Amino acid sequence: MEEHLINNVLLGLLMMTGFAIARMRSLLAVTMLTSIYSLLSASLFVVLDAVDVALTEAAIGAGISTILLLATVARTTDEEKAPRHTPLLPLFVVVATGAALIYGTLDMPHYGDPMAPIHLHVAPTYLHVTPEEIGVPNVVTSVLASFRGYDTLGEVTVIFTAGAGVLALLGYRTRRRNSQNPEIRKMVVLRVITKLFFPLILLFALYVQFHGDYGPGGGFQAGVIFATGFILYALAYGIGNVQRIIPYGKLRIMMAAGLLIYIGVGIESMLLGGKFLEYRILADDPVTGQQLGIMLIELGVGITVAAVILIIYYGFVSRKH
Amino acid sequence: MHDVMHGVLGLYNYWIVIILMMTGFYTVIARPNLVKKIIGLFIFQTSVFILFISMAKIEGGTAPIISEGARIYSNPLPHVLILTAIVVSLATTALALALVIRIREAYGTINEDDIHVQDEEA
Repeated sequence: MEEHLINNVLLGLLMMTGFAIARMRSLLAVTMLTSIYSLLSASLFVVLDAVDVALTEAAIGAGISTILLLATVARTTDEEKAPRHTPLLPLFVVVATGAALIYGTLDMPHYGDPMAPIHLHVAPTYLHVTPEEIGVPNVVTSVLASFRGYDTLGEVTVIFTAGAGVLALLGYRTRRRNSQNPEIRKMVVLRVITKLFFPLILLFALYVQFHGDYGPGGGFQAGVIFATGFILYALAYGIGNVQRIIPYGKLRIMMAAGLLIYIGVGIESMLLGGKFLEYRILADDPVTGQQLGIMLIELGVGITVAAVILIIYYGFVSRKH
Repeated sequence: MHDVMHGVLGLYNYWIVIILMMTGFYTVIARPNLVKKIIGLFIFQTSVFILFISMAKIEGGTAPIISEGARIYSNPLPHVLILTAIVVSLATTALALALVIRIREAYGTINEDDIHVQDEEA
């Protein structure tokens, strides 16, 4: 009962935030509201038992997306001009589409119904087979990395391509001087807290990376958290200091290396006589092989995601205000 | 009456999802500012995430991490699909924002109406 109440309240808050985002003109305010919107949906995902998804949404939606939006607003403009056309036609289109979609939901299985068709096909097999065949308690990890390993490889490739695309669009220049807003240099609390938190964030990223088999987490979340640590440091101490630790050339290699580790695991299992990404052949014991394969490809995912996010951030801050 | 209440509560999540989706859709088609359009798309795709995760929920279930004492688990498959979709959404958003920065550098504006005017003059 409480679960339903929290679910309904969070959805109500999401709706209000959504309306506020659509109405407001100040892009800075809209960016902050978007961050709140993401945090609310991450909370909702926890209530709906999707803990892995919640971790990802909190790190990406509320974290990195907000930073990229802020960087864009700082490099373009904060105020939105009023539209020239009346909003009547779009409003009509939206209301008509919405009404059609709501009519479509009337046939849908109700929320929480265990007999809904979605729960009767492959999902029970995944849940049933995972403990014995994969030996990994977190079923989300086992489906992501093992059962649907091909999909995940595709997704990592998409992320790699996006990193390359941003690089092609924004280019890259190393900052010689540690250009930084002098105002931030006066904010002692911010700088001290950043220094305290920086190692903890990196430690947490490693925990999320290697504990993803047992609890919520994995390569995607860990890579994002890892990159967030460095972005936080760059915000408080200047991008030049971060680029001295992780220069751009290293990131470019890391970005490709992660993807190559993933593909390499697939080729290794083919060389050993199995199919592409058939992990159970990697060790004498099939379950150990599965665990080894999952750990390796999650590592590849983590490296690529962290490198791509940092490269995107470097690209954004290298453009003039 | 009881049936109607049950139906409304059973479909409540999907209806809110549709309202959010249409809010995002409206922002994309009615607002000329490019950053605002991208934020509209962001709202749209988050509403799709909520749709998938709502469908994965099983009454009385728990997070799909096998443990003693738990018997019903929510469906892990939509979780996997949405987890990777969130990361891909970040990649596409970043690419779109990079394009916006380049458009601003080339046109001096990120307002769609102004960009059309400049294109017609050229």
